[in-house]
Amino acid sequence: MATELWPELLPEAPEEIELWEEGPPREPGAKPRTGPPAPGQIKLTIQIRRFDPERREEAWWEEHSVNMEPTDRLLDALHEVKWYHDGTLALRRSCAHGVCGSDAMLINGRNALACKVLVKDVAPRVTVEPIRGLPVIKDLIVDMEPFFAGYRRVLPYLVNDEQPPDRERRQSPEERERYDDTTKCILCAACTTSCPIFWGDGEYIGPAAIVNAHRFIFDSRDEGARERLDILSDRTGVFRCRTTFNCTEACPRGIKVTKAIQEVKRAIMFDRL
Amino acid sequence: METFNHDIVIVGGGAAGLRAAIAAAEVSDSLSIALVSKVYPMRSHTVSAEGGAGAALGPDDSPDLHAFDTIRGSDYLADQDAVEAFVAEAPDEVVRLERWGCPWSREPDGRIAVRPFGGMSVNRTAFAADKTGFHLLHTLFQTSLKYERIVEYDEFFVTKLLVEDGHCSGVAAIDLRDSEVRCFTAKAVILCTGGLGRIFAFTTNGAICTADGMALAYRAGVPLKDMEFVQYHPTGLPGTGILITEAARGEGGYMVNNEGRRFLEDYIPSKMELGPRDILSRAIMQEIEKGHAFEGPYGHYVHLDVRHLGEKLIDEKLPFVRELAEKFVGIDPVHEPIPVRPVVHYMMGGIDTDIEGRTRLPGVYAAGEAACVSINGANRLGSNSLTECLVFGARVGQRAAEDALETTATAQNPLARMAEEEEGRLVATYLDGTGGRERIAAIRRDLQKTMERGVGVFRTEESLKEALEEVRALRGRYRDVALDDRDRAYNTELVAALELGNMLEVAETVVAAALERRESRGSHTRRDYPDRDDEGFLRHSLAYESDAGPRIHYDDVTITRWPPAERKY
Repeated sequence: MATELWPELLPEAPEEIELWEEGPPREPGAKPRTGPPAPGQIKLTIQIRRFDPERREEAWWEEHSVNMEPTDRLLDALHEVKWYHDGTLALRRSCAHGVCGSDAMLINGRNALACKVLVKDVAPRVTVEPIRGLPVIKDLIVDMEPFFAGYRRVLPYLVNDEQPPDRERRQSPEERERYDDTTKCILCAACTTSCPIFWGDGEYIGPAAIVNAHRFIFDSRDEGARERLDILSDRTGVFRCRTTFNCTEACPRGIKVTKAIQEVKRAIMFDRL
Repeated sequence: METFNHDIVIVGGGAAGLRAAIAAAEVSDSLSIALVSKVYPMRSHTVSAEGGAGAALGPDDSPDLHAFDTIRGSDYLADQDAVEAFVAEAPDEVVRLERWGCPWSREPDGRIAVRPFGGMSVNRTAFAADKTGFHLLHTLFQTSLKYERIVEYDEFFVTKLLVEDGHCSGVAAIDLRDSEVRCFTAKAVILCTGGLGRIFAFTTNGAICTADGMALAYRAGVPLKDMEFVQYHPTGLPGTGILITEAARGEGGYMVNNEGRRFLEDYIPSKMELGPRDILSRAIMQEIEKGHAFEGPYGHYVHLDVRHLGEKLIDEKLPFVRELAEKFVGIDPVHEPIPVRPVVHYMMGGIDTDIEGRTRLPGVYAAGEAACVSINGANRLGSNSLTECLVFGARVGQRAAEDALETTATAQNPLARMAEEEEGRLVATYLDGTGGRERIAAIRRDLQKTMERGVGVFRTEESLKEALEEVRALRGRYRDVALDDRDRAYNTELVAALELGNMLEVAETVVAAALERRESRGSHTRRDYPDRDDEGFLRHSLAYESDAGPRIHYDDVTITRWPPAERKY
C-alpha cells in the first residue's frame, strides 16, 4: 500500500519557476557566493514552494542554486539561501540534528527532517515543500496548532494518583522496554502529515497522537489507559487508520508507528493491555 | 496594545522554565503563569542534552561527595552554599521526574540506573539511554499540560523587560504570527532562556542559543556573572559541532591520538577519559599543537574509540552516538573510531542570581544555563546542568510564586505604553528602515570567527584586546543592518536580527571579563597568566552595562566547608 500512495506525492514539475538571480552583494567588498563550486563542494539546486500572503495570494515555486559541502545538511543549504540569497524565506529549526522536531518538510515528495537529509544524497536537485494537511502560514511554516490539539486530547502525561513511595517506583528493564519505542516521538508531525486519512478528513486524530497515547498506555506506572482507550475508540480515533504505513516510513526516529496503532486497536478490541 | 495579565511570566520553555512553571503552579492554584517561548517548548535546547542528570542516588554516594566533586571541578569558584543546596535537592528532583513519568533507564532490580561521568568520583549520572535531555524535557512539558493555570505562549520573542519604579513588572514580546508586540504584565519575570553558544563558530548549541535572556537582563542593569567561563566539550563532531556525549567515555570509550596512543596518560593519568571537560579539551588542543592529531577537511581532530565496548552495549546505552556518527560523518562506531575535537558547549556564567534565583533587580529572576548561581564556577561537571535546571528551576518557581502572592500588580497603563514604545522602536529600526548595507549573516559570521580566534580554549592579553576591538566594530556595523523581509507574518529574519543584537552585546561581556581575569582557572586559560591566583581572582566577575561598554566588578565567592586547594586529580 505504502508504495502505491507515496508516488502520488512526488511533486509534479511546477509550470513556472522563478529563478533567483544574485543581486549585488550588500556587504561591502563581499564576493558573490554563487558561481562554480569550490574544490570539494557540490552545487545543489533547490526548488522551494513558497507562500507569503502578504506578497501574493497563490503559492509559487522558486529555484536557488547553492554550493555546499557534500556532507552538509539540507538545512544548511536552506540557511545558505536564507542568509545569503533571500532573507524572506521562512522556516523553523532549532537543534539541527534530528531531535527537536522543528524542521519536518516534504523533501522530494516525502516527509523528512531537513537536518537529517545530507546534500550529497539529494544533489544535484531537490524540491522542498511544507508538510501537508496543516494550513500553510508562510513558506515552510505551517500552523501546528491542530496537530498539538490532537496530541493534547490523549492525556499525554503520566496518570497515577497513588501516593508515591519515598524513592522511585521500581520498573524492570523489561517493563521499561515495553513502551520504549513510542517514547522516541519528537512531535515533528512527519507521520501525521504523511497520512492520507489525516489529509482527507479533518477529524482523524492522526498517528502522532496515538503514538503518544501508546507511550503511556503501555507504561507499567500509568493508570490512565482506560480513559485514553475510550478517547481513541471514538470516530476520530484509531479505527480511521487504514494501515498504509506512510507514517512508519515517514518517522525520522524510526518508530514503528503503524505497529503502535495496531497495538492500541487490539487493546481496545480485546480489552487487553 | 493587546495586553496579557499574569502573576508570573516565565521566558523560555526548556527544562528550567518548565520546572519553574510547575513549581510556581504548585505553590497556589490562584496563580496564573505565562510560559513565553520563542519556540515550542519541546524544541528548546534541553532536548539536545544526551548524557544524564547527576544526583547522589547510589548507596556508595553522598551529597557531600557530590558537592566536593562539583567544587573541585569548578576550580573552587563555585559558591559552596549554592552547591550544598544543589546536591541536597538533586536526588529528590531526579525521583520527582520519575514520578512524572520520565523513562529513566533502570537497573535489573528496577531502580533508576546511574553511570560514571567525567569528574564524578562515583557512578552518579541518571540517564534515559543517551537522550536524557530529550526525555527530561518531554516529561516536564507533558507534566506542565496538567496545569490549566500554566498558559503557553509559543513562538513569542521577548525583546524588553518592562521596569517601572525599580521593579520589573512585565515584558514586551513579539508574536511571531503577526509581528505585533504584546504586553505581558506580571509580578515576577523569570528568565530561563538558556545559553549563548551561537556567538562561537563551532558549537554544539542549537541555532536558538543566542543569549537572549542574558541580554534582556544586562540591558535592564542586571550584571552578568563569570562570563569569561565558556566550556569546551572535548568531543564534538568536526564540521557540524554535533555533540558526542560524554557517556561514550563514561561507558568506557578511549581518546586516542594519531600515534594510536591514549594520550590522556600524559595529562590526567588518574582519571584518563573521565577527567573534567576543561582539562580534556586543553589536552586535545595541546596534542593538536604537538602534531599528534589527525587532519581533515574541518581541521584537526583526535579519535574517540568505542569499538571495544561491542555492538550490544553501544546499541543499548549509546544508540544515539551510533546514529549521529553514521549519519553525519559516515562512520559506524562499532567498527571505526569517531573523529572528535573540542567544541563550545556550555556557558558557566550568566545572569547573576542568588541561591533562590533572585537578581539584583526586583521582579527579575533567572535559572538554568541563562543564570549563574553559581554551582559551576570556572568549569561545570558533565551531568550537573540538567540537574541544575531541575533544582534551581524548582527553587526559582517557588520563590517567584511566593513573592508574587505578596506583591500588588503594577498599574497596566504605563507598562502598555512602554510596550508600545518598544514596538515603535522595532518597526522603525528593522521594518521601516531603509538603506542599510549589512547582512545579518555577515556580521554574525564575523562575530563567531572573532570569538573563536580571540576567546577560545587558550587566550592572551593580545588575543582578547583584539577581540574586544573587533566586537565593538561589529556592534557599529550592526547599526547599519538591513532586512530583506518586511513582512508581518513569521518574520524569522527579524528574529535573527534581534538575536544577533543580543549576541553582540553579550559577547562583549565575555571578552571584557576574560581580559580582566589575569589568571588561569577552570575553562579560562591564559597563556600569559598560566597559574591560578586565589589572592587576586578567587572572585566572581560581574559585568555591568555602561555607555563605555561592560564595566567589570568583582564579588566574593562563598566558601563553607571546602577551603580552596590545588585542583588535583
